[in-house]
Amino acid sequence: MSPKTLYDKIWDAHLAHEAEDGTCLLYIDRHLVHEVTSPQAFEGLRMAGRPVRAPDKTIAVPDHNVPTTAGRNDPANMTEDSRIQVAALDQNAKDFGIHYYPVSDVRQGIVHIVGPEQGWTLPGMTVVCGDSHTATHGAFGALAHGIGTSEVEHVLATQTLIQKKSKNMKVEITGKLAPGVTAKDITLYVIGQTGTAGGTGYVIEYCGEAIRDLSMEGRMTVCNMAIEGGARAGIIAPDEKTFEYCQGRPHAPKGAAWEAAVAWWKTLYSDDDAAWDLVLTIKAEDIAPVVTWGTSPEDVLAITDVVPDPASFEGGKVDAVRRSLDYMGLTPGQKLSDVEVDTVFIGSCTNGRIEDLRAAAEILKGKKVKDGLRAMIVPGSGLVRAQAEEEGLADIFKDAGFEWRLAGCSMCLAMNPDQLKPGERCAATSNRNFEGRQGRGGRTHLLSPAMAAAAALTGRLTDVREIM
Amino acid sequence: MDKFTTLSGIAAPLPLINIDTDMIIPKQFLKTIKRSGLGANLFDEMRFTQDGAEIPDFVLNKPAYREAQILVAGDNFGCGSSREHAPWALLDFGIRCVIAPSFADIFYNNCFKNGILPIALPQETVDILMKDAEKGANARVEIDLDAQTVTSSDGEVFSFELDAFKKHCLLNGLDDIGQSLQKVSSIDAFEATMAQSRPWV
Repeated sequence: MSPKTLYDKIWDAHLAHEAEDGTCLLYIDRHLVHEVTSPQAFEGLRMAGRPVRAPDKTIAVPDHNVPTTAGRNDPANMTEDSRIQVAALDQNAKDFGIHYYPVSDVRQGIVHIVGPEQGWTLPGMTVVCGDSHTATHGAFGALAHGIGTSEVEHVLATQTLIQKKSKNMKVEITGKLAPGVTAKDITLYVIGQTGTAGGTGYVIEYCGEAIRDLSMEGRMTVCNMAIEGGARAGIIAPDEKTFEYCQGRPHAPKGAAWEAAVAWWKTLYSDDDAAWDLVLTIKAEDIAPVVTWGTSPEDVLAITDVVPDPASFEGGKVDAVRRSLDYMGLTPGQKLSDVEVDTVFIGSCTNGRIEDLRAAAEILKGKKVKDGLRAMIVPGSGLVRAQAEEEGLADIFKDAGFEWRLAGCSMCLAMNPDQLKPGERCAATSNRNFEGRQGRGGRTHLLSPAMAAAAALTGRLTDVREIM
Repeated sequence: MDKFTTLSGIAAPLPLINIDTDMIIPKQFLKTIKRSGLGANLFDEMRFTQDGAEIPDFVLNKPAYREAQILVAGDNFGCGSSREHAPWALLDFGIRCVIAPSFADIFYNNCFKNGILPIALPQETVDILMKDAEKGANARVEIDLDAQTVTSSDGEVFSFELDAFKKHCLLNGLDDIGQSLQKVSSIDAFEATMAQSRPWV
């Protein structure tokens, strides 16, 4: 048998049909659904009189457009738009008989946090969702990626996706991370190296000692932002940590089925002599705590750096940098650690898990956020929130002056009322710093939870290593 | 879905790299449960001030480009979120074709599901078409999908590459789901095999 990458193996195991021209129908094991990109797909099914082919493999949860403030179980406390979208998902879940975690359920949360938490996401699976950050689930050695609404409808109707195979890219992070450097710094640093189009056409497998050393939470953070590097998906080979995370979760296999599953999962790795279309090797010790300075996730620099000069770039990037510095209100040569922020947001499918909250609490313990600064923590799920309360993290956050919210996407995409005002500047643990992403005219700096916590204390972008 | 065969239209120049889906259709317009009506908010934050007035400098607000059916843009067009509201907004405005050096993966696929043709061409060629587009409303660009060509207003012809299956669907306005359901016996067989080999799924 010819050597294969992990991606090749999962692909081959899910090929339901291959046409002569190479167009494939890839079987989908798990289809995650949320309220914003699904209503038109369900409407399409209704109009064509089609059922959901595999409702037992389809899981829905509202997250993007739900309030994260108290009292949201009462629809009267939602904006009209949210109410309509959430009500549509309630109805579609009921009509089509799919698994559902409504807003009132403690298990509700961001779809990419709920999937793994409930054991829906397992190694070797194909996982799709009408959301680009579906790449998160790649941390389990699953082939996971975002799809558009037409594709959502296609998966609902056929449980397959029309696909052509992507190329294989390997990103190896060798050695050990320095103190203060986290999974978020790895993933941002990689995008800084490849650019936001560097991964286009590829599935990226992350490997190497620094990746192996990460917890499952950290691996999810790394894979989550594969899409910001342009890749179709990010993936990490499953290992004992993966199996340990999955075992005992509500929808993970039990007993003999568990044993059979693990036996197969252990075959899911890239063969030593597998062929790669592109390889990138990075030394972990070269990665410092990073922040973004511009309006593209590739605009990444170490916190010890200064705002770059547009003239130091090439091609279309010169104008793009000029435009983004203007938007961000930054001057070339300005120290990044001098940039003052008025808002701190900790949460999102990138960094809304328990480990992220622990990292932030470690920095915030016994301290207060800078006067006048708005700081909020939005746990990734109701269960993360409950665990953080049990561990005493919530008290640390509240004592420090953070708002302690209910689960949802919140200020990551600012569809709900959690938004920046024009000119406001936010240190955010989310995944996109696009113009207007967190509110029209709002300015976003992406960073790790520990770095966000540090910024909350000082009121400026801060090297977390000075506080640790 | 409407067929796409040939198109003769005004091309609007948008010489920015990394035009993301938040720029194409900001999140506040994702609250609809319909596909239609999004054209009014296409490029909203670049096109309108906060109080809704047109920003005269923005290309689609200029008299020459109000009827544009083609966009010529920079590298990595459509990066960011998977929102299909982006192609829905383009289509609703009247854009049927986007020409750029490269496209983000999900956006690229979403275009084909909505009768929009994304054309990837080398940077040098896009530069030529960008200059051509800057001439304004008198400069019409011709697209021939079957022949896989773009013809500038000067008559210069450029060939482009595209997946044969995607081309076939676009030329004939075919519904993906209907086609895939013709292969339902393969899906049934796959599920039966999987029930044995990976019963935990």
